[in-house]
Amino acid sequence: MSERSMARAEGATVQPQLREVPAVRMEAVYKHYGDFTALNEVDLKVAKGEKIVVCGPSGSGKSTLIRCINHIEKHDEGLIYVNGVELDHQRKNIDAVRRDTGMVFQSFNLFPHMTVLENCTLAPMTANGLSEAEAKDLAMHFLTKVRIPDQAEKFPGQLSGGQQQRVAIARALCMRPKIMLFDEPTSALDPEMVKEVLETMKKLAEEGMTMLCVTHEMGFAREVADRIVFMNEGKVVEQAAPEEFFKHPKSERARTFLDQIIH
Amino acid sequence: MSHFSPTAAVSYFFNYFLMKGVLVTIGLTVAAVVGGLILGMGIALLRMSSNPVLAGAARFYIWFFRGTPLLIQLVVIYSGLPQLGIKFSVITCALVGLILNEAAYLAEIVRSGFMAVSAGQREAAWALSLSPWVTFRRVTLPQAFRLMIPPLGNSINSLLKATSLASVISVEELMRRSDMLMQEHFQILEVYAAATAYYLILTSVWDAVQRRLEKHFGRSSAAKTRRVAASAPVAQASVEARA
Repeated sequence: MSERSMARAEGATVQPQLREVPAVRMEAVYKHYGDFTALNEVDLKVAKGEKIVVCGPSGSGKSTLIRCINHIEKHDEGLIYVNGVELDHQRKNIDAVRRDTGMVFQSFNLFPHMTVLENCTLAPMTANGLSEAEAKDLAMHFLTKVRIPDQAEKFPGQLSGGQQQRVAIARALCMRPKIMLFDEPTSALDPEMVKEVLETMKKLAEEGMTMLCVTHEMGFAREVADRIVFMNEGKVVEQAAPEEFFKHPKSERARTFLDQIIH
Repeated sequence: MSHFSPTAAVSYFFNYFLMKGVLVTIGLTVAAVVGGLILGMGIALLRMSSNPVLAGAARFYIWFFRGTPLLIQLVVIYSGLPQLGIKFSVITCALVGLILNEAAYLAEIVRSGFMAVSAGQREAAWALSLSPWVTFRRVTLPQAFRLMIPPLGNSINSLLKATSLASVISVEELMRRSDMLMQEHFQILEVYAAATAYYLILTSVWDAVQRRLEKHFGRSSAAKTRRVAASAPVAQASVEARA
């Protein structure tokens, strides 16, 4: 059944760790909203430690794709495996997958009624059973990593957009995920704040985190991505290493897309 | 007929008989708020459920109790139900009527509060592996509650005054006891001046409580949040809730 998807994965970039259980494996995944097909027979394989940038025009299904990986969106057909666990709509499997994945949203989605520190300690304490002291240490560790330990006692509303997004990254990391999903993390930011968030993401990439990023930041893609996945109308149209994708896009659609976003 | 006597009004204000009526009014209000909130919360949950039968039943309930006068509801419960062999004490009748009626209003307030919490908040909670209970208790409820306070305050203010309707079924609350004093002494203005003063005091105290609640639950919000437009969903939502 998976022969075709294997062939496609091998046809893309060669992954040294391919023999391991992949971080994410999607086979013939469909997602519909009424008559609209958001994902149309999507196959995708992501190796552990790999950094993927998903791009494509708006409405192409890229956000839906990564939101299906932690079951924030329910796929209608096809198979999704995350670290070998099948996302089959069973509660325990969904829980297992969500424990392995962290997500960063376009609109941050920090809890506005809690301080930065409380945002970071809530899940470790309630879902992982850490004591308050342990959770605080953990939170401060990651807040230091995203370079805002001094803002721990503030509320999200008192921070700039860039700071809020870095808190959101720290909050996700506090659950020690193996895979990080980024859904347009810099799209809601003022231009001067994009860089600090991308720097944080680069640092994470350097440490070997498996990452899937939906982003229009092509500079980031060029520098960090192992592979670019280009989507259009719910389909993965092409995937290639950044170098190749930017220089020799195979599909007409990718060419016009690149023409439009790279000035 | 004599002139208005301020001293008589003051003496009615300190009349022990009337004061006890005030306590009944407070008791009715508090009990109806608590009962109404519990029932209203349940109805709001049904109303938001994806099951069309449950949602429909909740809708019908809200439609019925908001669409008929509280006065009729009270009279039917007090005088009508005994015809079917269902009989309660006077105070129970008043409480049942007030709670059933208030729950319909509160259900809509609770629902609007929860609907105004952005979907992104729940998604973030899921992504963080929070359990449904923790998500409700720590993420959605506090935010929804903050949005509910202004309309809730309004509704409780109305309820406090609506308890006076229980006088019609002979509950001896503030209004009924004022009537009784008035019929005894015929100092209409003096008695009702005292009663009016009590209602104003009660509603003012509630106003102060409400302001405190708003301040407490708004500690992270509005004034401080203004700096960042990205957290606007909350502010926007509170406008929707008020509308």
